[in-house]
Amino acid sequence: MSDLTDLGVAAIRDGVREGDFSARDVAVAFSAKVSAAKILNAFLVETPEHALAAADAADAARASGETLAPLAGVPIGMKDLFCTKGVAATAASHILEGFTPQYESTVSGNLWKAGAGMLGKLNMDQFAMGSSNETSAFGNVISPWRRSDGGNAPLAPGGSSGGSSAAIAARLCPAATGTDTGGSIRQPASFTGISGIKPTYGRCSRWGVVAFASSLDQAGPMARDVRDCAIMLEAMAGFDPKDSTSLDLPVPAWEQGLNASLKGKRIGIPREYRVDNMPAEIEALWQQGIAWAKDAGAEIVEVSLPHTKYALPAYYIIAPAEASSNLARYDGVRYGLRDLPEGANLQEMYAVTRAAGFGDEVKRRIMIGTYVLSAGFYDAYFTQASKVRTLIARDFEQAWDSCDLLLTPTAPSAAFALGEKSADPLAMYLNDVFTVPSSLAGLPAMSVPGGLDKDGLPLGLQIIGRPLDEQGVLNAGLAIEERAGFTARAEAWW
Amino acid sequence: MSVDTATVKKVASLARIAISDADAERLVPELNNILGWIEQLGEVDTTGVAPMTAVIPNHLRLRDDVVTDGNVRDAVLANAPVAEHGFFAVPKVIE
Amino acid sequence: MVSEYRIHGATGEWEVVIGLEVHAQITSNAKLFSGAATAFGAEPNTQVSLVDAAMPGMLPVPNRECIRQAVRTGMAIDAQINKWSRFDRKNYFYADLPQGYQISQLYHPLVGEGRLMISLDDKNPDENTKEIGVERIHVEQDAGKLMHDQHPTQSYVDLNRSGVALMEIVSRPDMRSPAEAGAYLRKLRAILRYVGSCDGNMEEGSMRADVNVSVRKPGGELGTRTETKNVNSVRFVMAVVEQEARRQVDVLEEGGRIVQETRLYDPDKNVTRSMRSKEDAHDYRYFPDPDLLPLELDDAFLEACRASLPELPDAKRARYEALGITAYNAAVLTAEVEAARWFDALLDLGAKPVAAANWVTSELFGALNRLGKGIEDSPVMPGQAAELLALVADGTLSGTLAKQVFEIMLETGDAPGKIVAERGLKQTSDTGAIEEVIAGVLAANPNQLEQFRGGKEALFGFFVGQTMKAMGGKANPAVVNELLRKALG
Ligand SMILES: [Mg+2]
Ligand SMILES: [Zn+2]
Repeated sequence: MSDLTDLGVAAIRDGVREGDFSARDVAVAFSAKVSAAKILNAFLVETPEHALAAADAADAARASGETLAPLAGVPIGMKDLFCTKGVAATAASHILEGFTPQYESTVSGNLWKAGAGMLGKLNMDQFAMGSSNETSAFGNVISPWRRSDGGNAPLAPGGSSGGSSAAIAARLCPAATGTDTGGSIRQPASFTGISGIKPTYGRCSRWGVVAFASSLDQAGPMARDVRDCAIMLEAMAGFDPKDSTSLDLPVPAWEQGLNASLKGKRIGIPREYRVDNMPAEIEALWQQGIAWAKDAGAEIVEVSLPHTKYALPAYYIIAPAEASSNLARYDGVRYGLRDLPEGANLQEMYAVTRAAGFGDEVKRRIMIGTYVLSAGFYDAYFTQASKVRTLIARDFEQAWDSCDLLLTPTAPSAAFALGEKSADPLAMYLNDVFTVPSSLAGLPAMSVPGGLDKDGLPLGLQIIGRPLDEQGVLNAGLAIEERAGFTARAEAWW
Repeated sequence: MSVDTATVKKVASLARIAISDADAERLVPELNNILGWIEQLGEVDTTGVAPMTAVIPNHLRLRDDVVTDGNVRDAVLANAPVAEHGFFAVPKVIE
Repeated sequence: MVSEYRIHGATGEWEVVIGLEVHAQITSNAKLFSGAATAFGAEPNTQVSLVDAAMPGMLPVPNRECIRQAVRTGMAIDAQINKWSRFDRKNYFYADLPQGYQISQLYHPLVGEGRLMISLDDKNPDENTKEIGVERIHVEQDAGKLMHDQHPTQSYVDLNRSGVALMEIVSRPDMRSPAEAGAYLRKLRAILRYVGSCDGNMEEGSMRADVNVSVRKPGGELGTRTETKNVNSVRFVMAVVEQEARRQVDVLEEGGRIVQETRLYDPDKNVTRSMRSKEDAHDYRYFPDPDLLPLELDDAFLEACRASLPELPDAKRARYEALGITAYNAAVLTAEVEAARWFDALLDLGAKPVAAANWVTSELFGALNRLGKGIEDSPVMPGQAAELLALVADGTLSGTLAKQVFEIMLETGDAPGKIVAERGLKQTSDTGAIEEVIAGVLAANPNQLEQFRGGKEALFGFFVGQTMKAMGGKANPAVVNELLRKALG
């Protein structure tokens, strides 16, 4: 039998159902891979016992002739932003060190109900703030990919869901959860040659997920292919009365609805995404994507999203503002780190604790967020950004008059080397230039691998859809996936 | 609008993040760089545009007035750095 | 109403300008954004959900009842109800504020401009009235509680109150004297209790006021105000106004300047003192709470709120007055919702309004006062009172007998009819029997009779008294009078 860890979600699910192998064998195989790949630093906590228990439950259910749950026998990785009961959660920050949630996030709970097991908690950018996984308090995640130039420079797996992307690309897990605030599912997926979808804002409950920027945060799956994403998303999504922004809508049968034909679909190519200094390889990939879409039967139309260039600056007001408030609860009183110097009073305890507990990027964003909300600046910054956000959403609405989906590159470059951009926050922020606009508008968007750059590194294509049209996004993703025939994988060096 | 060391310190104090003089000075150009960049938003004519209130059209649901939670003191205090006699404890506050 | 209240300073007279921000706890079973209970006096941190403790990833979901009660309150003060409102975060760090922000409403409150009438004339509340504007009512979370006296170096945090729903009712700076501030607070409290949106229990902290005070030369420009926080009785609010106005006048007359600041009231010393708040404490960085969508209310919801409003104090008072009840009695009867409900029940049972009002305000309230009881614990129910009043009305009982019967009712809880029957307390109008007694009285008091006949008319009362006494108080006084006149010629 081939290596079980080469199997994706659908293959594992089907194989367990068919009795081709046991769920326990799958969990054991992946757990072994996780333990053997510590150098990638993708996992912050390993929970093989959780994966094994779920696997045993799946095997027992099968033995007694029960119908298996949708993800029975499938072990997955869980981004450390999700609180899972009884397992340490840190959001990759020192400030939450020692914190063990006494509750289960709705999304993780949905996955366990669907039969999945957890291999461990995945590393990430601290509080999901970053695009390279270099802001984790527990060390960088190293991408399993290497440039073909023989230099062996350690590469960024993207961020903030960098542990998730690296783990999937290295086949430490067939799928993982991610969260996407400005591109944190799609950009790391693009960097590591996997797929990932951020659903419509409100599809996945935010309850029990450590908050970064509430009006933007959305959970979604990351996996090796589009079908696996569809299966995962079906399990993760759903109305949650505990989240006031949750959408009270049934979860469509996305996997069943998969269809790679784009006949009758109009795919928009937003003119403004052709940014200055766009690498030729990215442009070429984009053209290739357009050709694939045509081949799948789509009509290609050029569209305009005139406020695109303002999306990033608006995002870097709104997200830090919300974060500065969301992160006020980390104060050393009820959980996590407390740093109390001799003789310090309460307010000093807060300041010292937060200075010691938060990493530089988190502090930078809290500072920006605090500044833009402070007296005298609120209207000029926050209100203006919220108005621009309205205009960005309106751009998309107008585009939907002439097209059904949008096709763009996912990121302006392939994976960069660790350390290459970490000294320049602005350069790092620009990574999200193609992913942020759809985040601001709450739209479903996905990245699928399209090809390799000259150094043999993956490049992703992004599909953006109308609100609630995850099916359309997945179908276009599938059409590209089938035509791209992306089979490249990171050679195991770890 | 650009910040100076005093502003950086004031913002850090508002955010309750202890900051050294050196860090404050280091942050001045860094924050100004970012703020200068986000200020391009000022170019956008937003007259008559309402700030976004709901990302996806949705309305606020209200829940029934029923006690469904609480009585979980152990869970509430489980992670406390210092908890005594059923309370969280903090350095004494003088009001 | 032109207020007479002036502070006499060395440089002349000063006027005080007062606005009140009242925090009223909304009556609800569960908290504003979590399902934890709100009951008073529970063990520390037992009425706390993970949401109230601001655990990572916890989210608020609003309680319909709290919104409904705030809307009803707004309607009761004739305020504009905003069908579109939203929640904002007020950001600051304190140990009683686990989220690091309070969910409140700054930019778009649920309730807009409203008003209520106060009167400074207790005897006649239709006189000396003044309208006090209410700028807004918004809904927000309460904070937790800090205990400072349990440990030498630590404060203890109890989050039971954290997240309990409050209405913040912000008045216009329309009050000009301690008495007006007191009247406003009493009136507001009465309305809240009628509506049922707040129990008005100031001792338990269900209602507390931030008192904004400034002084100026009469009719001059508004002065700088101070805000004295969390004052928890009507008496203290009045004292704060008085003390703070006096202090400000003294500062100004000594050439000083008033600093806009928050102050605390020390009831033991009857002084306010500065809280010396940190410079940045006022930069709350309000912004819309991204965890919550705008609150949109439909017409059906508003209609249901309106339909559920009870008769309010002013309307009830007007109705009582229209029934012939004196303005004073009507005011006394409507001041507390329980009394008004009790009285309405009595009227519903057919009691004559004027007699009933007199009896309730004098006899019943007197008795309850003596017993140290509130009307909600009255040993006499409206049904029994109605029966007693009916016995007086139909002549069965005289006023004196009615008092006797009422005393027995208070002691035994028995019905008046039963007491009258068992103890033979029925009043008699039997002329034969009375004439017989009168004859006896005249025969027994020849001296007095002679004096009366000699012109000492004042002795008529003496014969009435003797006759009533001889009849054991049961004679109908009107009949006694009439028969005595006849007998004395
Ligand atoms: Mg106040
Ligand atoms: Zn308030």
